[in-house]
Amino acid sequence: MKIFFKHILFFTIFLIYGFSSFSAEQSYKLLEPGWSFKGFFGKFDRAQLQRGYQVYTEVCSACHSVKYLSYRNLSQQGGPEFSDQQAKIIASQFEVIDGPNSEGEMFTRPARLSDKFVGPYANEQAAIAANGGAYPPDMSVLVKARQGGADYIYSVLMGYEDPPSEIILDDGVHYNKYMPGNKIKMAKPLSAGAVSYVDGTESSEDQMAKDVVAFLAWAAEPHLEARHKIGFRAIIYLFIITVLVYFGMKKLWSRIESKV
Amino acid sequence: MSEDKKNNRRDFIFTASYALGAVGVGAVAWPLIDQMNPDASVKALASTEVDISGVERGQSITVLWRGKPVFIRRRTDEEITKAKEVDLNELKHPEKDEDRAKDPEWLVMLGVCTHLGCVPLGDKGEYGGWFCPCHGSHYDTSGRIRKGPAPTNMEVPKYEFVNSNTIKIG
Amino acid sequence: MSDHEYTPKSKLGKWFNDRLPLLTLSNHLQEYPTPKNLNYWWTFGGILTFCLIAQIVTGVILAMHYVASADLAFGSVEHIMRDVNYGWLMRYVHANGASMFFLAVYIHIFRALYYGSYKSPREVIWIIGMIIYFLMMATAFMGYVLPWGQMSFWGATVITNLFSAIPFVGESITNWLWGGYAVGNPTLTRFYSLHYLLPFLIFGLVILHIWALHIPGNNNPIGIEIKKPSKDTVPFHPYIVIKDLFALLIFLIVFAFFVFYSPNILGHADNYIEANPLVTPSHIVPEWYLLPFYAILRSIPDKLFGVIAMFAAIFVLVILPWLDTSKVRSAIFRPLYKQFYWFLVADVLILGYVGAMPAEGLYLLVARIATAYYFLHFLFILPVLGAKEKTLDVPLSLTEPVLGGLSNESIVKKKKEI
Repeated sequence: MKIFFKHILFFTIFLIYGFSSFSAEQSYKLLEPGWSFKGFFGKFDRAQLQRGYQVYTEVCSACHSVKYLSYRNLSQQGGPEFSDQQAKIIASQFEVIDGPNSEGEMFTRPARLSDKFVGPYANEQAAIAANGGAYPPDMSVLVKARQGGADYIYSVLMGYEDPPSEIILDDGVHYNKYMPGNKIKMAKPLSAGAVSYVDGTESSEDQMAKDVVAFLAWAAEPHLEARHKIGFRAIIYLFIITVLVYFGMKKLWSRIESKV
Repeated sequence: MSEDKKNNRRDFIFTASYALGAVGVGAVAWPLIDQMNPDASVKALASTEVDISGVERGQSITVLWRGKPVFIRRRTDEEITKAKEVDLNELKHPEKDEDRAKDPEWLVMLGVCTHLGCVPLGDKGEYGGWFCPCHGSHYDTSGRIRKGPAPTNMEVPKYEFVNSNTIKIG
Repeated sequence: MSDHEYTPKSKLGKWFNDRLPLLTLSNHLQEYPTPKNLNYWWTFGGILTFCLIAQIVTGVILAMHYVASADLAFGSVEHIMRDVNYGWLMRYVHANGASMFFLAVYIHIFRALYYGSYKSPREVIWIIGMIIYFLMMATAFMGYVLPWGQMSFWGATVITNLFSAIPFVGESITNWLWGGYAVGNPTLTRFYSLHYLLPFLIFGLVILHIWALHIPGNNNPIGIEIKKPSKDTVPFHPYIVIKDLFALLIFLIVFAFFVFYSPNILGHADNYIEANPLVTPSHIVPEWYLLPFYAILRSIPDKLFGVIAMFAAIFVLVILPWLDTSKVRSAIFRPLYKQFYWFLVADVLILGYVGAMPAEGLYLLVARIATAYYFLHFLFILPVLGAKEKTLDVPLSLTEPVLGGLSNESIVKKKKEI
């Protein structure tokens, strides 16, 4: 019995190790609105991803790129699942730089499905210059690049407040409850009604924050649904074959008279 | 339990384990093999749309499609007539010109010599078409092999006119 | 070890075996007499072999798509994750596979510590094992640099900077390592080359490790020498093969949970930010399996002595067979050593924990105490225990009771208390 508890103790320690946050600072407990894609059977909500894409395009894309997304991703399985036609039309609304042509000049052309998402700035330096010295990060993997993931991004979007009296903010700096250090250069991006949703959903601040975060979660993990699906089958398979091998092992070892 | 029943149960466990094991090995092997297949970004470039509005009669352009050169030639009436006049019995690889160019003005074909893969030169050769300098294959105004070691005519890929200014290849 | 003459059954087999005795080798491996009382802590050797092969297979596949260039590396990993068929699976198996590899190696090492598997005549097996462990850490460190995230870059900067602590030649050596004046593209490309190379060196050492093991044969939970072959042993095939397979399947279930449901939990979020030489992350931490050494390194205020302490922590393990002077192998019969063993386990876990925390305040104090205790265990406690400990009576065989009257049941009961 003693051995059993010892095993449990160490397994628990291992779990705590594995799942505890390794950062020393944590300002506030994050908001946790619940996400359809969390958990063993998590999936994305297509309509939500489409709304989230709309929020990204109409609000965030002015400053933030998603350079590792391609327009064809918008119509592939597991994502917002726009139709191929819709995705083509979306792409054609953006201009990409191509070339050089036979004259040796660079030129612009409408984007195709095979192109990556066009960003707002030519390069990082231009982005920094246009934003008061702060670089609006690319958001392709932002959800994975922040401790707390989707909950963290959502909390920051919802966490704009008046600063407590003792804190004086410089020009262009805003107070945010959930940003480590509490200071953020991005002005509050969302306000109720900022986007009028194509599907008619009420565009409250909370709704838009959830939708755009879900979109970003998909952008960071476009194969999440396939991963969950294959994972489920793999683990069921492993359990079955483990049980079979276990009984085979017992059968085999029963030949050895006394196992000491 | 009788010896027979015990043996049968033992055999079943082992047989079932082997069978399930084989399934598992196959399921693991497939992604290892499939990852070498063309990936999504390559497949996205499987077809190319080409703007042909600037191509004059008698002019050729070369575009890259799936990593290979494609000749797009807007033929003159002379070239078209010459192509249609050829007796099919003379051809190593008999193909009618109208089967190769749906719109006779436009010839779209892979600019790859069917001998050993060099890129033939245009407006050269004894048949008014292309000449491959590597081993001396001559192609006519329809891109068909007339003289030299190449076994077949230059390949015509799948293509269509999206509109009068655009050809989609592949 | 006795090898009766093996003759292949088929003519072709005999012809081939006469020229390259692979069939004799295969026969030896199948018949290899293994103690029948081995418990599940002995299955991790097989699990480790699986991990090595899995890392090599997924690694070679990733190498088909990865680009080792500072500008393109991060993007190429995203290309793998998004566009390559099952690329996300290859990447997550490889990244989590590294963690599983280290989990298994730590269990394997701590098994050896408990049961005295490093003691004579198995010292060379132990030393080869330590070399394998060291190469594993080098491989993992370089592999982590390849995605060229913030942690990749800054972890590489911190660790390679350590070499500048060497007197006189430190800076030259560091610049030589970097191929420049800071971590940059030359560093990345050479780390890629070496990361590809080292696992094959490890593979060769694993063969030597197993060969060296097969000379005396396996240790066993009660640590006594047993005659091989005898009624105390079973042929490796099928008895141990199937037991190793069962243990591997359990291991794979744990592995699968990480890969498919929590693939990033053992990593660090900052490594999803592209490397930026101008911005240092607030907390630079290595992967979890290197944390105890990181803690030891940071607990010494002097840069050079910190480095020395870190390497000494590994060295002290290498010379363990000569530090532990006890004639009794297994901790089952060493009640005092058993206590200190668990203290060591706790100490290493504590070191791991504080290694992830900022090196200040209470964390730093704890790290220092834990570092001191670590060395105390190996350099002082073990030799003293070897001389002074009153050990329990060790049985004469797996089945015979101990001379002096302990009955079979009480031995069996004792063994169950592992």
